[in-house]
Amino acid sequence: MNIVVCGKVIPASSVTIEIDPATKRMARKGVTHELDPAAASAVEEGLRLTEKHGGTVTLVTMGISDATIGIRNALAMGATSAVHVLDDAVAGSDTLGTAKVLAAAIKKLPFDLVICATESSDSYSGIVPGQVAHLLGIPPVTFAREITLDGNRITIKRQSEGGYDVVEAALPVVVTTTSGINEPRYPQLKGIMAAKKKEIKIYTAAELGLSADQVGEAGAKEKVLTVGRPPKRQAGKVVVDEGEGGKQIADFLAELKII
Amino acid sequence: MDFNLTQEQRHIREEIRRACREFPDAYWREVDGKGEYPDAFVRKLTELGWLAAPIPEEYGGAGLGITESSIILEEINRSGGNATACHAQMYTMGTLLRHGSAEQKKRYLPQIAAGELRLQAFAVTEPNAGSETTRIQTTAARRGDKYVVHGQKIFISRVLQSDLMLLLARTTPYDQLEDKTRGLSVFLVDLREAKGKMEVKPLDLMINHHTNSVFFDGLEVPGENLIGEEGMGFRYIIDGWNAERILVAAEAIGDGRWFIERAARYANERVVFGRPIGANQGIQFPIAQAHARVEAADLVRFQAATKFDRTERCGAEANMAKFLASEAAWEAANACLTTHGGYGFASEYDVERKFRETRLLTIAPVSNNLVLAYLAQHVLGMPKSY
Repeated sequence: MNIVVCGKVIPASSVTIEIDPATKRMARKGVTHELDPAAASAVEEGLRLTEKHGGTVTLVTMGISDATIGIRNALAMGATSAVHVLDDAVAGSDTLGTAKVLAAAIKKLPFDLVICATESSDSYSGIVPGQVAHLLGIPPVTFAREITLDGNRITIKRQSEGGYDVVEAALPVVVTTTSGINEPRYPQLKGIMAAKKKEIKIYTAAELGLSADQVGEAGAKEKVLTVGRPPKRQAGKVVVDEGEGGKQIADFLAELKII
Repeated sequence: MDFNLTQEQRHIREEIRRACREFPDAYWREVDGKGEYPDAFVRKLTELGWLAAPIPEEYGGAGLGITESSIILEEINRSGGNATACHAQMYTMGTLLRHGSAEQKKRYLPQIAAGELRLQAFAVTEPNAGSETTRIQTTAARRGDKYVVHGQKIFISRVLQSDLMLLLARTTPYDQLEDKTRGLSVFLVDLREAKGKMEVKPLDLMINHHTNSVFFDGLEVPGENLIGEEGMGFRYIIDGWNAERILVAAEAIGDGRWFIERAARYANERVVFGRPIGANQGIQFPIAQAHARVEAADLVRFQAATKFDRTERCGAEANMAKFLASEAAWEAANACLTTHGGYGFASEYDVERKFRETRLLTIAPVSNNLVLAYLAQHVLGMPKSY
């Protein structure tokens, strides 16, 4: 079972995100990075499946050189190897550009299953896994809160609003995982040491057969026009109880059609 | 000159920091309040392999240097915890690693690395021989293929939480020695087999250190548990002192950073007379000054650690690091307590707990006065003053 996990390395949760006014994108250079916790869950799921069924877990990521620390984290958790698409030409890629890069990198690997988090924890688009599946020509199986494998078949419990649906498919597929699917393991010190010796294969876009107009800022169909702060919340209504506080609250809720 | 940690060292720092987040202030407050050993914390660190950092890879450890080990201990203290619960394994290990026989290493190290055995106790200090280690009186007399130990030790921590203990004992009477640094030997005592011949009396201290008086009444130690050569124990112990000073310096740096972060945060949050108290120079300057001192001490600590790992002589740097870091942490502790005012004395703010804990580092494992005496005599060439 060859499992590919697509995961992102993002600014650490302790970092205050700044938006570069020129590019209107997140300023990523020079800040502390970590493996996206959502991606860590995807790696964890891959590891659990290979621990049960045998095989390899390869992390595929696209990002700046600071991403190495997060890649090492996935390797320290137990991933077998990693692929890092590191190229200034892919900077500013929109979701489709990102998906093209990831799909091209995945095609270079043997794979039975691709696992992605439902969405990354920094930009939350949630579009890339579906696009990757389309570009690989395999079905996307989404919102998995539980995954089981039986031979060539995958069964997931697909998170829904009221509970879950059971979805089955034949491999290969792209499966997306919800954040509650597992609790990612801490890397053991031995894992951290072993990670130093594991391979991180680095590709440029050209090496993946992608031209400059397909990826990066140049290839982006999506344009960020403005970035702004959400409007300030209005002050709440204060109810002072002078004997009919309860009625005032009930009237307020009725006005909002809550009761 | 490169002042940056390697990527691997940064990774270690991030991971140990993440592991420590599972043990917040409330955890440490509770074990401190109840006088309990932080067993869950030590188990977690052991399980993740952090306490086996200095054990060579061939014995199941990570084969890391003192630099990395010091980062681990620094982060524990910086998280609000107390690394003394498990630091001894990092520095006692050196004696076994450098001077233990191949057979001893093979017998014990894999089990220590796997977390099946704890080596957290180190019995040197005695009531009548504090800093003057060559005057210890506990004896180990050879009887056939074993040694029989009689005597008393004090301030011996974690005896009740360990499986193994290093013991320094006299194998030749003091008055029969020409070279007074000889005549002492180091033994690896298996505490699981010591029952009945050794009495442990816990001491009640201002800190949660699980330290004890230990009385030996005919404790038998197999001859094969002698480390290195008989009579060379003092030399072996001294070898470990530089490592210990660097590790303790790192713990003090961790404490210092904790105090400064808490002080700065509280100075920003606490509003009196219509503005945050941190707007007053009387509050902010002591915090800023302590910060500068902690950061300066940290550079000497990494200089010492780097030299140690390169097997260069580092006695001066290790001693200076311990002195500077513990003094800086104590200054930070005072600035933090002053900033918090009355609330600093309330256990729920954790400042008083860390305040008690960090004070120890100016006294132990060696008094800062003796560090200054060392620097005066051995670095600056002045007469011995004691």
